[in-house]
Amino acid sequence: MLKAFQTFMQQDGGGLLLPEMMLVLFAMGILLTDYLLEARDKYFNALMAMLGVIFSGICLWQLRLVADRGAVGFSNSLLVDPFFLFFGFIFLIATALVIILSVRYLQIEDENHGEYYALMLFATVGMMFMASGYDLVVEFVGLETMAISFYVLAGFLRRDKRSNEGAVKYLLLGAFSSAILAYGFSILYGIGAMANLSSIGQSLPPRTNLDVIAVAVEARGHTDLFVLLALATVAAGLFFKVAAVPFHQWAPDVYEGAPTPITAYISVASKTASFALLLRLLLTVFWPVRVDWEMLIAGVAIASLTVGNLAAITQTNVKRMLAYSSISHVGYVLLGIVAAASSPLGFLAGMKGVAFYLFVYAFMTIGAFAVLIVLQRQGIIGDELDDLNGLYRRSPLSALMLLIFMLSLAGIPPLAGFLGKYFILQSLIDTGHVRLALFGALYIVPALYYYFRIVAHAYLYEPGNAPLPIVSIGQRIAFAVMCFVTVAAGVYPEPFVRLATYSLFFPSGFSGH
Amino acid sequence: MEFYNTHILTVVLFTPLVGSLVLLFVPRDSVTVHRVIGNLFGFLGLIVSLPLIWRFSLDPAAPRYQFPETYDWIPSIGAHYSLGIDGISLLLVMLTTLLGAISILSSWSAIKMRTKEYYILFLLLQVGMLGVFMALDFFLFYMFWEVMLVPMYFLIGVWGSDRRLYAAIKFFLYTLVGSVIMLLGILALYFKAGGGTFDMPTLLASAAQFDTRTQVLLFWAFFFAFAIKVPMFPFHTWLPDAHTEAPTAGSVILAGVLLKMGTYGFIRFSLPLLPQDAAARHKIVTIMLVVSIIGIIYGALVCMMQKDMKKLIAYSSVSHLAFCTLGIFALTPNGLSGSVIQQINHGLSTGALFLIVGVLYERRHTRLISEYGGLSTPMPAFAAIYMIATLSSLGLPLLNGFIGEFVILRGTYEVSIKYAAWAVIGIILGAAYLLWLYQRVMFGSVTNPANEHLPDLNAREYATLVPLIILCFWIGIYPKPLFRVLERPVQQIVEQVNPGYYGAERAAAPAATPALAPAEAGGGAVGMPGMNMPSSTEATPAPESEKK
Repeated sequence: MLKAFQTFMQQDGGGLLLPEMMLVLFAMGILLTDYLLEARDKYFNALMAMLGVIFSGICLWQLRLVADRGAVGFSNSLLVDPFFLFFGFIFLIATALVIILSVRYLQIEDENHGEYYALMLFATVGMMFMASGYDLVVEFVGLETMAISFYVLAGFLRRDKRSNEGAVKYLLLGAFSSAILAYGFSILYGIGAMANLSSIGQSLPPRTNLDVIAVAVEARGHTDLFVLLALATVAAGLFFKVAAVPFHQWAPDVYEGAPTPITAYISVASKTASFALLLRLLLTVFWPVRVDWEMLIAGVAIASLTVGNLAAITQTNVKRMLAYSSISHVGYVLLGIVAAASSPLGFLAGMKGVAFYLFVYAFMTIGAFAVLIVLQRQGIIGDELDDLNGLYRRSPLSALMLLIFMLSLAGIPPLAGFLGKYFILQSLIDTGHVRLALFGALYIVPALYYYFRIVAHAYLYEPGNAPLPIVSIGQRIAFAVMCFVTVAAGVYPEPFVRLATYSLFFPSGFSGH
Repeated sequence: MEFYNTHILTVVLFTPLVGSLVLLFVPRDSVTVHRVIGNLFGFLGLIVSLPLIWRFSLDPAAPRYQFPETYDWIPSIGAHYSLGIDGISLLLVMLTTLLGAISILSSWSAIKMRTKEYYILFLLLQVGMLGVFMALDFFLFYMFWEVMLVPMYFLIGVWGSDRRLYAAIKFFLYTLVGSVIMLLGILALYFKAGGGTFDMPTLLASAAQFDTRTQVLLFWAFFFAFAIKVPMFPFHTWLPDAHTEAPTAGSVILAGVLLKMGTYGFIRFSLPLLPQDAAARHKIVTIMLVVSIIGIIYGALVCMMQKDMKKLIAYSSVSHLAFCTLGIFALTPNGLSGSVIQQINHGLSTGALFLIVGVLYERRHTRLISEYGGLSTPMPAFAAIYMIATLSSLGLPLLNGFIGEFVILRGTYEVSIKYAAWAVIGIILGAAYLLWLYQRVMFGSVTNPANEHLPDLNAREYATLVPLIILCFWIGIYPKPLFRVLERPVQQIVEQVNPGYYGAERAAAPAATPALAPAEAGGGAVGMPGMNMPSSTEATPAPESEKK
């Protein structure tokens, strides 16, 4: 038994699964011990979840030694490379931050159940497989693990109408999009199965392996109907997950209804994981046909920027406003992908920009939601613009944090968000996409307008008789971390740029590095 | 002290920042402590910048940008922390520290609520503005350019008058539009020059080698940021709102320093980016000159119609700054140095005028001209200082405004008598609206009983106004030091953008020849960009000798 386990860990690549295993272990532990806990001891669940994240992080850190050369396991269905490590850490950091922010939230809402944290860990496991999967089946299962956990989490406030409404919408539309994605995957499988695989080598890998399909796609060329169909369906499914226009309609309702920490989690982790998956697919199976998707992505990016920014202007609910703003951020990331597709030089600049953007986006977005979480109190979610009135006086710390995160989201230097936009715009200019760059740059202006509506309510309106929010120790720690990264990545971005460069995942046959 | 000697610009730049960090730790209720610390650091900022004046070398062998400091900042994109100043930036830096100290002092009793945030933001604003004038790295420059918007937004939005929310966001959005387009321009310049460095002199020198179409596009990409900031005629609509709604000190800084960032940008970036091709350049320069003329006259005419004193002075800035852009795009040494001098003058005299309105506003809480009248009876000292500021603003000889306007007009005349003639109309109108304003506010008998017993200036108000008045006289009577500081940078810029000018000068061509014709004759220089033409210092006309 022990020997079998050893063989599994050492030879079959089980060691590559350690980060995920840790998360599953602790999630199970939470489910087992939750019913033993008294109501006042429920914070123990958060502690367990936190430990799980930390252990998972340690295992992930150990993997860096094998990741440099790209370690494959489980018959080529897993790939542990810097790309996975980078995204894995984003997921873990986001999970840790959301766990810290959730403790008091759940207490106030009186929904302090262990399943909440267990589901978060399960979702993280799903995301990790989305980033490390090198096989259509693994990736699909990862995606569904994440999505199903989120459907439940979004509706976690059982007694709240909006939460239920959001969850049902999320579930129905999510299932729909997953079906479309599965359809796309099945076409890809078909393409892979029909191809002559002798070019791959002696031992035949499974036909869902991304490399195998990439070869098959390349052989078919970029005008092949099946390839185009697969591209369209896969893209549609993933655009839904990242909430890109025109598949974004679920986002505002789900964001508004879900518990605020989960809103932050969905908008950061789920989006980043879906981007990881999208990038993996675009850079492997669809890389040979990049002429097809370059225009598609550019169009979706412009649409996302336009709809996200313009619709956000009229919102009075901050969570909805941030939902639309997150749609516009998707637009920027997609623009980076467009630049990456156009030339080897653009690939380096664009992917670096995308990685940097996603990294800092996690911190500043969770930060923005954290301010709303601080404002929450019994029976009031604290997500209307008027709830922020006079925050500068009620809680100078939260107001300052809000200002920093809003400035960063809007892209004002010297904060991280500016550097993110800067790298994207630079890659666009480098690759000659001047018009796209102009779009991207000009949409900073409406974005600033609605972010500063929030700031104006916090700083320029008088508080009236709104109560003073209390910032708990955990929230202070979370604020400190997010604020540090947001400011540091803006003032001295060099280490973060190196990190982003380290994470690059090169398509096969890529030359120029 | 050793650190100060080697990093003088860094010290000047970050002294206000230290002040705001100190203020962060002062409890919110200690209003007097905020005021003392704010003023202390405002004044300290001025003191540490004073040695720049005598340490600045006029020696032609000295490097163009003095007090240089360069450190790696973001090596992966080639951005440096790189500071340095030439004569033009020296004057603007001094103007910034001086007006900063004065406006902070002027806020002592005007700002009663949220004093802690007020002084923190004001000092941050100083850092942003100083950084813009000192940065020699495009990336650094852009950071400071943008950073400065945030404190100004709050200064208008929190401590402004009735329509402050609208004015604050309008200011922010307008300037942001220009900024983001400039960001793209910077990126394009960076990319076209091969990437790897954001060093301003290097990039601007390499811009000369681009093809004409790229140069024209780059010029326009930078144009919007500066034109909105100056503001040039159709982009000026944010200015009356922002100036009117801002608190007094905010208006002083807005008019005194912020607008100069636009003209500074024109001189530092737009001029070197002008296309080498004579025809394309002529087209752009003509547009600029015509728009400037429109700005001069339009601004002056709108002033005539104002009922609100502050709005009137705000519109007068449109007119005066259009004079500065006229001088810049005349592309002659006189126009350019006159323009810089006029920028300083405008900072001093309009700064003083805004302070004067602030004095009245603090006493009566209204800015409507019709509310006042006959104030010279209760406030004689105030009347005298106001008179000097008015005369300085409208360009009376012996006061600073005259020097600037005269030299600009002379520089413009070298281009075409038509432009100069139109600009003179602006001067006449300027005298009209400023004197009319003075007449309505100060002369006659006191008609409004509320004005009968207004107290005259107090010591603090003297302390804010008198230094400005002294400087107005000094520049008006003995401007030679300023011209000497400007001589070299101006000559270098004109050589670069108007290569034919000095050649024509040496050939003793009459000044009446339109300066642009020699520019075309100098078209032979198109192929040799970044040229360092052998120049004779004697060829530079010494404008001050004209008047003696």
